Amino acid sequence: MASGYSAKEEDGHHSGALGPAGGAAVRSRKPDNTAFKQQRLPAWQPILTAGTVLPAFFIIGLLFIPIGIGLYVTSNNIRELQIDYTGTESSSPCFACSQNYSWNMTTPCVCSVSFSLDQPFESNVFMYYGLSNFYQNHRRYVKSRDDSQLNGNLNSLKEPSKECEPYRTNDGKPIAPCGAIANSLFNDTLALYYNDPNGTETQIQLVKRGIAWWTDKHVKFRNPVGDDSNLTAIFQGTAKPVNWQKPVYELDSDPENNGFINEDLIVWMRTAALPTFRKLYRIIEKNSSTSPTLPRGNYTLKITYNYPVRSFEGRKRMILSTISWMGGKNPFLGIAYITVGSICFFLGVVLLIIHHKYGSRSSSADLTH
Amino acid sequence: MGSQMSLFGLHCLKGKEKEEERRIRANNREYNQLHKYATNAIKTSKYNMFSFLPLNLFEQFQRIANAYFLFLLILQVIPAISSLSWFTTVVPLVLVLAVSAAKDGSDDINRHKSDRQVNNRKVKVLLNGELRTEKWMDVQVGDIIKLENNHFVTADLLLLSSSEPLNLVYIETAELDGETNLKVRQALTITGDMGHNLEMLSAFDGELRCEPPNNRLDRFTGTLMFQGQKFSLDNEKVLLRGCTLRNTEWCFGLVIFAGPETKLMQNSGRTTFKRTSIDRMMNALVLCIFVFLVFMCTVLAIGNSIWEQQQGDFTTFLPRQDGVNAAFSGFLTFWSYVIILNTVVPISLYVSVEIIRLGNSFYIDWDRKMYYARSDTPAVARTTTLNEELGQIKYIFSDKTGTLTQNIMTFNKCSINGKCYGDVFDYSGQRLEMTEETEKVDFSYNPLADPKFSFHDHSLVEAVKLENPEVHAFFRLLALCHTAMAEEKTEGELLYQAQSPDEGALVTAARNFGFVFRSRTPETISIVEMGIQRNYELLTILDFNNVRKRMSVIVRSPEGKLSLYCKGADTVVYERLHPSCSKLMEVTTEHLSEFAGDGLRTLALAYKDLDESYFESWRQRHHEASTALDDREDKLDELYEEIEKNMLLLGATGIEDKLQDGVSHTIEQLSRADIKIWVLTGDKQETAENIGYSCNLLREEMSEVFTVAGTSPEEVRQELRTARIKMKPETGEGNVTIEGEGEILGKKSKLVQDEAVNGEYGLVINGHSLAYALDKTMELELLRTACMCKTVICCRVTPLQKAQVVELVKKYKRAVTLAIGDGANDVSMIKAAHIGVGISGQEGMQAVLSSDYSFAQFRYLQRLLLVHGRWSYLRMCKFLCYFFYKNFTFTFVHFWYAFFCGFSAQTVYDEWFITLYNLVYTALPVLGMSLFDQDVNDRWSFQYPQLYVPGQLNMYFSKTIFAKCVLHSGYSSLVVFFIPYAAMYNTVRDNGKDVADYQSFALLAQTCLLIAVCIQLGLDMAYWTAVNQFFVWGSLAVYFAITFAIYSNGIFLIFTSSFPFIGVARNTLNQANVWLTILLTTILCVLPVVAYRFLLMQLRPTINDKVRFKVRQTKASPPPPPRRARIRRTSSRRSGYAFSHAQGYGDLVTSRRFLRRAPVSRSTAFSPTARSPGKFLPTGRSAGYSPTGRQSNLRQDETSLQMYRAVKDPQI
Repeated sequence: MASGYSAKEEDGHHSGALGPAGGAAVRSRKPDNTAFKQQRLPAWQPILTAGTVLPAFFIIGLLFIPIGIGLYVTSNNIRELQIDYTGTESSSPCFACSQNYSWNMTTPCVCSVSFSLDQPFESNVFMYYGLSNFYQNHRRYVKSRDDSQLNGNLNSLKEPSKECEPYRTNDGKPIAPCGAIANSLFNDTLALYYNDPNGTETQIQLVKRGIAWWTDKHVKFRNPVGDDSNLTAIFQGTAKPVNWQKPVYELDSDPENNGFINEDLIVWMRTAALPTFRKLYRIIEKNSSTSPTLPRGNYTLKITYNYPVRSFEGRKRMILSTISWMGGKNPFLGIAYITVGSICFFLGVVLLIIHHKYGSRSSSADLTH
Repeated sequence: MGSQMSLFGLHCLKGKEKEEERRIRANNREYNQLHKYATNAIKTSKYNMFSFLPLNLFEQFQRIANAYFLFLLILQVIPAISSLSWFTTVVPLVLVLAVSAAKDGSDDINRHKSDRQVNNRKVKVLLNGELRTEKWMDVQVGDIIKLENNHFVTADLLLLSSSEPLNLVYIETAELDGETNLKVRQALTITGDMGHNLEMLSAFDGELRCEPPNNRLDRFTGTLMFQGQKFSLDNEKVLLRGCTLRNTEWCFGLVIFAGPETKLMQNSGRTTFKRTSIDRMMNALVLCIFVFLVFMCTVLAIGNSIWEQQQGDFTTFLPRQDGVNAAFSGFLTFWSYVIILNTVVPISLYVSVEIIRLGNSFYIDWDRKMYYARSDTPAVARTTTLNEELGQIKYIFSDKTGTLTQNIMTFNKCSINGKCYGDVFDYSGQRLEMTEETEKVDFSYNPLADPKFSFHDHSLVEAVKLENPEVHAFFRLLALCHTAMAEEKTEGELLYQAQSPDEGALVTAARNFGFVFRSRTPETISIVEMGIQRNYELLTILDFNNVRKRMSVIVRSPEGKLSLYCKGADTVVYERLHPSCSKLMEVTTEHLSEFAGDGLRTLALAYKDLDESYFESWRQRHHEASTALDDREDKLDELYEEIEKNMLLLGATGIEDKLQDGVSHTIEQLSRADIKIWVLTGDKQETAENIGYSCNLLREEMSEVFTVAGTSPEEVRQELRTARIKMKPETGEGNVTIEGEGEILGKKSKLVQDEAVNGEYGLVINGHSLAYALDKTMELELLRTACMCKTVICCRVTPLQKAQVVELVKKYKRAVTLAIGDGANDVSMIKAAHIGVGISGQEGMQAVLSSDYSFAQFRYLQRLLLVHGRWSYLRMCKFLCYFFYKNFTFTFVHFWYAFFCGFSAQTVYDEWFITLYNLVYTALPVLGMSLFDQDVNDRWSFQYPQLYVPGQLNMYFSKTIFAKCVLHSGYSSLVVFFIPYAAMYNTVRDNGKDVADYQSFALLAQTCLLIAVCIQLGLDMAYWTAVNQFFVWGSLAVYFAITFAIYSNGIFLIFTSSFPFIGVARNTLNQANVWLTILLTTILCVLPVVAYRFLLMQLRPTINDKVRFKVRQTKASPPPPPRRARIRRTSSRRSGYAFSHAQGYGDLVTSRRFLRRAPVSRSTAFSPTARSPGKFLPTGRSAGYSPTGRQSNLRQDETSLQMYRAVKDPQI
C-alpha cells in the first residue's frame, strides 16, 4: 500500500537486517554509495536568467564599442600606399613589359612607376608585393614541396619527395628546391627612388634581411651541410627549378641569405591562405628620429618585370605600409567590434523590455503538482 | 550468439547430408559413430588464438560504418584524390576497431571459460560393463549414462530406468522454460525393469529411431526396437539437457542428442535485436546526411570544373596532372571532397553513442534506490542499448500477480456473528492506521501457530479463548472447508499447499486462532481444535466452480454430528441462507461493504447441520449422479443446490491481496507523467478489477468504468462502440478511420491519433472478448476505445494475447511501449514491447532472462523511467544535437573555404587537428555532458512527473531539431570562416611579417572553432560537475598543449614531413589581433544562441525551464513529498468471491492419486510442490503459497494449465 513503503529504505540507508540469511558471509550486492555512482556529484547548475543574461549583453556591448573604436582608429592611423603595376592596361608604364613576357628572357624588362606621397610615413616602412587571383592555397600547389629538402636533408636533396611532381627532377637531376611553390618564386625586383624636389633621384635603402619568421629562417629552412662549406659544391648534382634564372645557391651574395635560407625564398614558401595576398619584400628602416622614413614628395618605383600573371588575370602590386600593434591596415576588426557591441547593447535593451513585459511567464506560478 | 550457433550448425551439416532420421544403437559406439553425430562438447565461443584477428576484423567491417571508413581509407591512398593524409582516417578507425576487438575478445574469453567449465563437468558413463566418470564433452550419442539427484542432465536422454517406483523421475525445467514446478518423466517398463543392473544395461542393445535434432521442447517422436518389439517414444520419456534431476536418487538414460544438437542448444537462437526510435531516426538522418554530403561534393566538384575552365591558365604555375582535363578534375575533386567532408558522419558518433548508453546503463546497475535489500537484488540493465527509450515511454503493460501484487494474501478482517474484528482503535475510539509498529496479537498459547501470521485485533483472540461458539464454528469452518493439503515434516512445523493464496490465508488464519488443519486423507480431515486433536470424516466436497462461486464440505464430527460448511461469494451465499439470519445478514452486509471499501477480497461463510437420514438419501442420489453418463454436471449441480440451502450465516472474511510496496504511489506518479498503464492479467475479472481499485488504477472519481465481456464478436464490437460513443459522442457510429498516416523511412504505417476525451474512463475487458477484439476487423475499434481510457485492464489473458495487445499498440501508435512482468507467461509481451522489464528476485528467471531491465520491485519502475529514463533521453538528445552541431560546423568551414581555394579540396585546418578534433579535443567534454548532465535532480523529477512528457512527444530530438541544428552550424561555420577571413585579409603581424599565410589562418580558424564549440557545449550543459569542468578546460588545455607540441622545433626536426606547421603557434598566438579575432568569433557564435534561448524562456517557457527556475528559487532540496494518506474508498461492494483458483481440486483431494508416493526427505532448497508428484501438479501461482514456509517469497510461475485455460475453457 502506498503509505506502507518507507522512504528510508528507498534512500538506501536500510539496515542490513533484512538481508539474506547468510548475510555476513555473502557479500551484499548493494551498490556502493558514492556520489558518482548515485549521480549526486556536486555541480554548478547555471541557467539563463535575466539576472545573468541582460548584464552580460550590456557588458559585452560596453566593452566592445571602445575596443572597436580603438581598433578602428589604430587601423586608420596606419599609412598605406598601394601601386598596381601589373601593366595590363595600355596606359600603364609596365604595359610593354607585361606584353612580351617570357621566362627565359635574357635582358630584363624594366619599367618605372612614379607616385607621390601626400603625407610622410613616419616610422619603419614595410614594402610588400601583393598578388591577386594567385591560388597559392590550391591543394596541389600547397603540398608541392619537400620540407625535408628545405631543411637541409641531404637524402631529400638528392631524392626529393614525390609530392614535388612535376617539378621533382629536371634532366634526371633532382631539382633543389623542388616543387611548384619554389618553382613559381616571385622574381620581380623592386627598387624605390626618392625624387628630391631638386631633381636628384636617390635610391632608398631597402633591407632584405629580417623579413621572414625567425623559426622559418632558423629551424624550418636550412642549407644542407656537406664536407665543403661551399654551397655551390653542396648543391652539385642538382638542377635549378625550371623557371628560375639562377640556381638556389646564387640567390644572394650574402652567405647568411643564400641557398635555402634566402629570406625571399622563405617568405614565398610560406604559402598564403587566400588568393589575394601580400608578402613582405623589404623593410625601409627609420634612420633618424627627426626626419620621417619616407618624407612627402615624389617617388619612382623601378620594377624589373619578370613575373608573369597576365595569363590567369592576376594582379601585382607594390605596397608601402607602416604598421601598428595590431599589424597592417585592416579596418574590419574595428568596424566589426563596434557593430557587434552596438547590436549587443541594442539586444540587451530589447530583451530587457521583453523580460519586463513577459518575464513573469517563466516563473513557476503555474506549475501544478 | 545466434550467429555462431548457426555457423556451428552449418559446420555440423557440412560433413554429411541433412539428417532425415536418427538411428542409434545403445552401447554401440562403432555403429553410432558412422553417422557422425555431434559429441557432447559445446562451443559457444567464436574465436581461437589464431582466428581472432581475421575473423573479428571481418565481422567488424561488416558494420556499415566501419566499411565506410575503410572505403574512405582506400580513397585516401589514391594520390590524385587524397586530400588528407592517411592517418586522419587510420587513427580513429584503428582506435574504434581496437576498442571493439578488445570487448569482443574479453567476451569470447568468458565464453571459452564457461564452455570449458561445462564441457569438463563429470558424469558417469556405462562403458564396457562398468561405470566410468567421464567429462561431459566425451559423452557420445548412444552412450548410457547415470545421473544422480540434483545433477544437470548431460544431454538429451531417453530415460531407461530410475530409482523411483514406476520408473518415474522428477525434473526441474527452469532453465528451459522457466517453470520451477517439477515435472515427471516415466521410463518404459521394459527398460525400467533393468533398474540398476549394470550387466543388463550394458547388454541393452535397443535400436532407437527418432526425429532429427530440432528445437521443439514439447515434442519428441521416436521408436525403440528392443527384443524384437517396437515401442513408441514421446516427450514423456525424454530428459532434456538443461533440466535438473530432483527427488530421484539416480536414473539411467541413453544419449539421443548431444552437445550442439540438444534441444537446449538448438533453442539458444538469436533474440530479436531491439533498436530505439532514436537509433532508427539516427539511421535515417545519417542517410539524409549522406545525401547532403553527396550534394555538397557535387556542388564543389562542379565548382572545381568551372574553376579549372576559367583559371585554366594558372597552369603556368601549377601544371595539371597528366591527362586531367577540367571535367575529370571535377570528378577527382568530388572524391577528394568526400574525404574531407566525411566528418559530417564521423565514426566516433557510433562509438560515443554506445559509450553513453553503456554509462547510463551502469548508473541503473549502481542505483542504490533500485536495490532491494530483502532479496539482495540490485537493478540490472541487461540491455545496454535502449536507455534513452526509457525516457519516452507512453504505454506500460503490466502483469498483475507478482508485479503489482505480492501474491500474498493476508487475513485482515472478519465479521463473526455481526461483530467486526480486525481494526484497532485507540482510546478515543479512532481507528488506527496499521503500521509495522502496531502491536500484534500474541499467539504463543498455540504451539502450532504460524509465526509469520500477524493480526492486530486482540478482541478476536479473547473471543476464541472465551469459547464463543460462533467464533469457534467460524474457524472450524475455515479449517475444514477447503482443498488445501498439509505437510508436516517435523512435529509442529506445518506447511500448507493451497490451490489459491486466498484459501491458504484462510486456513492459516484458522490455524493461528487455534483450529489447526493438520492432515487429510481422502476420507478424513484431522484438525487440532484448541489443542485437542479431532478427526472429522469428510463425506463430500461440493467443489468450487465459476458458476457456483462457492464450495462446501459435508463432514461428520467425532461426536457423529453431520454438518455442511460453505464458503463463497456473499451474493451467492446470501441467496441460500435461512430466513432467520436476515438480521445478521444486514449487519454483515455492512461489514462486507466496509471490507470491500478497503480493497479486501470478501467471502461469506455459512453452515448447516444435516439430518442423518436425509443425508443418506442425498448421498445415494449423489453417487448415482456422479456416475451418470449423461448430464452429470447438471444433475450434480441440482443436487448441490438442493442441499446448500437454508444455511446459517456465520460471518465474512476480508482478505487483503497485498500489493507490492509503493504500487499505488508509483502508478499515480506514472499517470501524472502521462503514461498509460494497461494491466494484462491471467486473473479473473473480479480480482483484476479489485486490484485495479486498490492500486489506484481505477478510481471512484472516474466517470465510468466500462466492462467488455461479450461472448460473440458482435456483442464485443457493440460494447466497444457504446463505450466509445459514451466517452466521445461526436465520434459517431462509423467505423474507425485512420486519422493520420506516418511515414518512417518510406514504410507507410497507419497511425491512430490520440483522441482527447472529457473525464477519466476505465476499461475492463475479458479474455474471450479480447480474443474477438484482437481480430483484424476489430482491433482498431478496440485500440481506439482503449486509448481513450485512462486505464485498461485485460483479464483472463493468455500469454499470446498479452503479446498481441502490445503489438497492437506498437503497430498503430507511434509510442514507446514498456512491458513489465515476472512470470514465464509475461515473456511474450516482454519480448514484444519496445522495452521489457522483468521483476527479479522471484523464482523462475524466465521473465528476467528475456527482459531488458530487471529489478525487484514494481515501484522502482518510477525511478527507472522518471529519473534514469528521462536523464538518458535528455542526455542522448543533447549529445546528438551537440555532436551534429560540432561536426557540421567543423565541416561546413571546408565548404566555404572551397570558394577561396579554387575548389581544390584544400583543408582549412591542419591535418592533425582534423585527426584529433573528434577523438581528443571534443570527445571528452561531450561525453562528460552526456554522462553527467541532469536538468533537475531526481527528487525534483519525482516532484514534477510532467517533466517526463517532452520525451514522449519526442521533443528534444526530432527532424525539426536536427534541421535547426544544421542551420545553427551553418551560421557558426560562416562566422568561424569569414570573421578570420576578413580579419586576416591583407593584414600582417605587428612586425610586418606574414600572418595571413595558410598555416596561420588554419591555426586561427581551428582555434576559433574549438573555442566556439566549447562555449556552445557550456551553454548546453546544465550540470557542471567537477568532471565536466575538468573535461572542458582540460580539452582546451590539451588542445593548446598538443598544438604547441606538434608545432615545435623538436618534433619538426624528428618528423620533418609530417609536422610542417613548425612555429606557427608561437608566431600567431602572440598577436593581439589574432586573439581579438578569436574573441569576436566566439561572441558572434554564442550571442544569438543566448538571445534566442533567453527569449524562448521569457516568451514560451518549457516545463523544464519552469522547474529549473523553481529549483533556483528554492535553492534547496524540495520538501519531501507529502505523505499520501491511504486512499479510502467509500464505495459499494466490489469484491465478490475472489478465489483465484480453478475447479477440480475437490476431486483431487478425495482421490488417491496424490498419495501415490510417500514423501521422502529431500533437499530443503527446493520448492514444496515437489511433494505432490504424479498427476497432481498444483497449477497456478497459488501452488507456491506458504506463508509458513521458509521461502516466503516463493511463488510459482504459471504452468501451462492455467496459462491456456481461458482458451480451452471459455465459459469459465
